[in-house]
Amino acid sequence: MKHAAEMLSELGLSSVDQLFEDVPREVRTNGLRLPRGMSEAEVLRHVRSMMAQNLCADDHPCFLGAGIYNHFVPSAVRTIVSRSEFITSYTPYQPEVSQGMLQALFEYQSYIAELTGLDAVNSSNYDASTALGEAASMCMRLNERKRFLVPEAMSWERKSVLRNYAAGPGIEVVEYSYDPYTGELDLEDLRSKATPGTSGIYVEVPNFLGVIDSHAPMLKQEFPDVALVVGANPVSLGALKAPGDYGADICIGEGQPLGMPMSFGGPLLGLFACRQEHVRKMPGRVIGMTRDAEGEKAYCMTLQTREQHIRRSKATSNICTNEALMAVAAAAYLSILGKEGLETLAKVNMARALKLQKLIGQLEEFDSPAFDAYHFNEFAVRTPVRPEKINKLLIKKGIIGGLPLHGHIRQLEDHMLLCATELTSDEDMERLVEALREVQ
Amino acid sequence: MYRQAKHDRRLIMEKDGSSDFDVPFSDDLQGLEDFAPAGMLRESLDLPSLPEREVVKHYVNLSQMNFSVDNGLYPLGSCTMKFNPKYADVLASLPTVAGLHPYQDEDSVQGALRLLHDLELALCEVSGMDAVTLQPAAGAHGEFTGMLLAKAYHAKSQEPRTQVVVPDSAHGTNPSSAAMAGFEVIEIPSGEDGCVDLEALRAAVGERTAALMITNPNTLGIFESQIREIAKVVHEAGALLYYDGANLNAVMGRTSPGAMDFDIVHFNLHKTFATPHGGGGPGAGPVGVRERLVPFLPVPRIVQREGRYRLDYDRPDSIGTVRSFYGNFAVLVRAYSYILRKGADGLQEASERAVLNSNYLKRRLAPSYPAKYKELRKHEFVVSCKRLKEERGVRALDVGKRLLDYGYHAPTIYFPALVEEALMIEPTETETRETLDQFAEAMLRIAGEDPELVRSAPHNASVRRVDEVFAAKEAILSYRAFKRRAAKSSPKG
Repeated sequence: MKHAAEMLSELGLSSVDQLFEDVPREVRTNGLRLPRGMSEAEVLRHVRSMMAQNLCADDHPCFLGAGIYNHFVPSAVRTIVSRSEFITSYTPYQPEVSQGMLQALFEYQSYIAELTGLDAVNSSNYDASTALGEAASMCMRLNERKRFLVPEAMSWERKSVLRNYAAGPGIEVVEYSYDPYTGELDLEDLRSKATPGTSGIYVEVPNFLGVIDSHAPMLKQEFPDVALVVGANPVSLGALKAPGDYGADICIGEGQPLGMPMSFGGPLLGLFACRQEHVRKMPGRVIGMTRDAEGEKAYCMTLQTREQHIRRSKATSNICTNEALMAVAAAAYLSILGKEGLETLAKVNMARALKLQKLIGQLEEFDSPAFDAYHFNEFAVRTPVRPEKINKLLIKKGIIGGLPLHGHIRQLEDHMLLCATELTSDEDMERLVEALREVQ
Repeated sequence: MYRQAKHDRRLIMEKDGSSDFDVPFSDDLQGLEDFAPAGMLRESLDLPSLPEREVVKHYVNLSQMNFSVDNGLYPLGSCTMKFNPKYADVLASLPTVAGLHPYQDEDSVQGALRLLHDLELALCEVSGMDAVTLQPAAGAHGEFTGMLLAKAYHAKSQEPRTQVVVPDSAHGTNPSSAAMAGFEVIEIPSGEDGCVDLEALRAAVGERTAALMITNPNTLGIFESQIREIAKVVHEAGALLYYDGANLNAVMGRTSPGAMDFDIVHFNLHKTFATPHGGGGPGAGPVGVRERLVPFLPVPRIVQREGRYRLDYDRPDSIGTVRSFYGNFAVLVRAYSYILRKGADGLQEASERAVLNSNYLKRRLAPSYPAKYKELRKHEFVVSCKRLKEERGVRALDVGKRLLDYGYHAPTIYFPALVEEALMIEPTETETRETLDQFAEAMLRIAGEDPELVRSAPHNASVRRVDEVFAAKEAILSYRAFKRRAAKSSPKG
């Protein structure tokens, strides 16, 4: 270590060991049992060759969706989020030298506000699942009730995360079922479960089965006293009604489709928006518009009295580090697509999925789609054999197949969820259909 | 002197142009005449439309109004703003990393699973724990996970313990995470020496205590030398000892949470393992545990048999999952690369240099910025601006703001509350002696500057001092809300 000896001697010390004299002998360790360090060139080669064992969506048709989507990421988004000044800064505690990040995050909040039709947006949660957990707690803060209704047709991860977030405050999570023909929510069942102690109802649009539920716009009228939480795919909001316009109190969602790679499921971007009147009950960091000492427009983190570093055990959430850089990616992405781009993208996704749905529907052994409804960019298919078996066969042909659904919704044995996006070419679809033809 | 860029500050929503983005297959919208149920079609979408050229200009100019580690010293105490090596970014953006879907069949992601498995083992070694989950997305998320584990552990042994004890000097996330997991939080005062007061601890723990959450070194940068006694008190009460890993950068290779008898540990990979902080995230907050807590770890667990890696969901005592999928993979790839690059000796040297830099800087600042409590600190230290405030009317906040004019980020201010007018300084191991000397000179100079100049700082940043009270009063969080407010306050006509 250069200068170490001089620095030590300025401290009146002669060895580095003396810097650790306050560590009692009985807890000291004698170094780490890890390999020696590598050169940068070796590290690059080592990790590259390790990762070469993966099959990736850049090189192989991928029909997986279910919350994480393979969308095209414009090169400029990568350029913007790779800026040193964004990627190596931290939470903008000093607003005067952090206006760039603050404004970018304010723009992100503004974009999500417009998409969701809700004025108040935080600057991110970890992912959609944790955003849902936080939304359930927020509903309880809004109306002091503790029963939270969620769809049975939802990913098991999201259910599990919600249970973990709900356990602390003692929120009872109750599932309502779906219509086995349409895949939409079962309104009778929902009515029977929305008893007087109900705090919130969570509905996903599109839902886990890819279905655009026709009940969504009437839920607020049906259950006016209950907080309505909508889980939305932000890309779909290019063509579908803003949840705030049909009465949502809170809108959450997975922001990954907005310009982020799939990255094996992380980092993601938990979207969280709510009505302006609920703003002081919301979790997470928020960026507010303000002015500087000379009256110029400026931005800073605000409403911090809700947060852990001030309220400690009484905070609305413990969240601190969030997914800020992903929020910047979303802002850059939406800026590049613009209004027409996002509208078109939403429609193209529906058109691609519809095309695939019909192609598979032509195969006698497959029931496609399994549910009779409007779909966004994915749909369930009933398969003649177990979907896992189909996926193994597809991998051999260099195709990344769909999601077996029974791991999430037990009764959907022999069902596979297939997704198509603007990156799914006609040739990809033909390759899949050819491969499925061999399945008996 | 430093001078930050000042560019056009209009929001991107206030700019005009036309987008040149092409959506693939936009000429093939067959069958979409009718695509959504009645009442579900969007009526308006008020987004800007700009060519890529304008968007890139906008955000690059914004980035120049943002101070970062790559710009200069960022001695933000408790946050470990060390340099983020660039090879890690290169690897995180490989198509074979970025292009993986989390639901892919295990056979198609063997490389990814192996990396995760190896990273878990490396973190076990650094922490002295028996197993690690990589799932949590951030430090606070790791704390929450740790608290769920403690809860599940006690529930299994039929001991419904309801309280978690934290020192008053703890990071705010500790009490907050414990409360979120449903625990009652008991705060204990620190002793005269700024460390855990053993008597207060003994009085606070009992048969209702689920865990004690502490960090070592503590938030003053002082190593809790009585750690074994603390562990004994906690364990004799039947409770668990939780290690807040925010300060792990001080001790790698010299001691470990395991050697100190901790039961649960969270790591902040964005601190100790040099992954970039991303303007506030993403980070990663893996959690390590001792053997007896392993059955409760989140699913899936990554298991290896005969060289093949698999995701194991069959863990009946598991708490389930705390987020979707396996963690912030792109961050985990960076941390793994950093560990490979550093190796055993490099990680230990990082901690040693961090401690040396911290003590050296503390000594350099001593003439104007005294630090209470004992002499020797670990990777960070806390000084007080009390004297400066009394003699010159300059507060810790003002010193922090004035540092911005010199091209340094401010230290953490007003934390921990034990120290009046606190500046919490963490220089990290990646700064040279020259940088530390220059920073010390700036700090000492500020102590002698015209108080008015300091109180009105910053003068060289993109904006002057920001009105945070106004922001909180107005609570304008989006352009939509801003336009609504403006329409309301302007006379109708």
